[in-house]
Amino acid sequence: MAVAPSSLPQPEVIGRPAVALAPSLLTRQRRRAALYFILPMMTVLTAVAGWPLARTIYFSFTNANLDNLGSQEWVGFANFVSLAQDPEWWRAVLNTVKFAAVSVSLETVLGLVIALTLNANLKGRGIVRTAVLIPWAVPTVVSAQMWNWMYNDLYGVVNAVFLKLGFIDHPYAWTASPSLALAAVIAVDVWKTTPFMTLLILAALQLLPQEIYEAAKLDGIPSPKVFYKVTLPLIRPALMVAIIFRSLDALRIFDLPYVLTGNSRQTASMAVYARQQLIDFQDVGYGSAASTFLFAVIAVFTIIYITAGRVRFDTGR
Amino acid sequence: MKPRRIIGTTLFYLLVAFIVVYTVFPFYWAIVSSLKEGSALYQIEFFPKDPKWGNYAAIFREQPFGRNILNSVIVAVTVVSISLVLSVTASYALARIEFRGRTPLLLLVLSVSMFPQVAVLSGMFELVSWLGIYDTLWSLTLSYMILTLPFTTWVLTTFMRELPKELEEAALVDGAKPLTIITRVFMPLLWPALATTGLLAFISAWNEFLFAITFTLSNERRTVPVAIALISGASRFELPWGRVMAASVIVTVPLVLLVLIFQRRIVSGLTAGAVKG
Repeated sequence: MAVAPSSLPQPEVIGRPAVALAPSLLTRQRRRAALYFILPMMTVLTAVAGWPLARTIYFSFTNANLDNLGSQEWVGFANFVSLAQDPEWWRAVLNTVKFAAVSVSLETVLGLVIALTLNANLKGRGIVRTAVLIPWAVPTVVSAQMWNWMYNDLYGVVNAVFLKLGFIDHPYAWTASPSLALAAVIAVDVWKTTPFMTLLILAALQLLPQEIYEAAKLDGIPSPKVFYKVTLPLIRPALMVAIIFRSLDALRIFDLPYVLTGNSRQTASMAVYARQQLIDFQDVGYGSAASTFLFAVIAVFTIIYITAGRVRFDTGR
Repeated sequence: MKPRRIIGTTLFYLLVAFIVVYTVFPFYWAIVSSLKEGSALYQIEFFPKDPKWGNYAAIFREQPFGRNILNSVIVAVTVVSISLVLSVTASYALARIEFRGRTPLLLLVLSVSMFPQVAVLSGMFELVSWLGIYDTLWSLTLSYMILTLPFTTWVLTTFMRELPKELEEAALVDGAKPLTIITRVFMPLLWPALATTGLLAFISAWNEFLFAITFTLSNERRTVPVAIALISGASRFELPWGRVMAASVIVTVPLVLLVLIFQRRIVSGLTAGAVKG
């Protein structure tokens, strides 16, 4: 089985021989059981996801304030209109899009390189694979703080090493400088999330039939050509799922920019902006409008993801 | 070996070495920094000549870091237990019983796991204050369900449908009730899957930041990620980096060990559920 998130659990017909004895009774009994089994899970999900989401969308059409939730008035699309006119918001949108596009591209390329390396026959593969998993195990907030210290303008190891190697001629304030801050955030995300990409790609690589490669070797086909003509097309479905999944994750990023640079406008993502309006400025109506917008973006991507996954499911297995 | 081959192999292993340094160095540097005190912290020194443990003692003395760890453990364990209990039965139904609306339901569960958390933030805030649980661990237990429940349900459904149907058929012939089938037939086989799913859900609850910083206020109620993000020193302008790194190492070492021990399991769980990073 390749990357499983792409495939929906397949309806499985069970118990046919047994059911043949008393088909309707048993089936009815099982369906009733299914209802009881699913009900608690769905109740909780409705309470913690459905209801708050509905309230957020409702709030986005009101002038609700955090101080006195409950006394809000309906204001129609006013929040969305001011959102559209706020350059800070569009800056956050642009930051998020830049962040998602650059970090996911880098993670894909890097993940591909590392996965191909791990898939090759090398000594100490186990150790390398273990090393690659470490960034994934580090909590996001912790990795933000670790890199914050490494980025430190006066005592950071990044400046020290780059100065010594001659990459830079004076120390930089990586997270404070307007032109570098977003790149610094992206670099941390790439470090932290490449392992995830690597693992998904590696799982796909290890399912490839070895015969093709032996045949290609016998025919003397150069390895770059084998990569572009054989490997890449074969792992493309898995790669697409991983990319879409990572993009969804990147679009809703909150903790990394928040911990690295606070609410700084150079790096604020849509989620950071929305939370700042909601909690710090207590403007629940306006903040909810921003959240609702982000939700709509993610919803579109989710639909693409599910449809893409389904297409593959129908043709793949 | 031909010279070209030697150069190729050397370059390849250089690449491997670079990958290892790139992935491991930041964490290594955090460990090294956590062992330095005073002015030693401000010198670039790749092997600490004179390691000191003062930072580790200080974070427990100067702030309720022990309490923060306990909070994180309480919340994560509670949330994961509830999620597993609810999702074992639900995923049995979703994986093995045919009924109308099953596929839409599965898609719904999958979509919820992709929710941006901020999209429920104001609604959840209202719910939390209405229930009177603001600034208590209950607010986190409640809100984290949105992270863990869809995930455990989805992954367990994937695992559950892989089990051979002959097992269930035998039980059905004996007239076993669905709940008996789950507890007697499936659970014993599902332990590895439950452990993997539970561990991954635990990690996502342990790492959660947005709800934790929004729904708790006092130092004593904070979970580890918020505590680490908000560690402050005597001066507003210079963070006590030695202490921040010590706290970071403390909460990361158990996770790294768990991940290394359960490596293979985690890889299978990740590919089955594409967990959030």
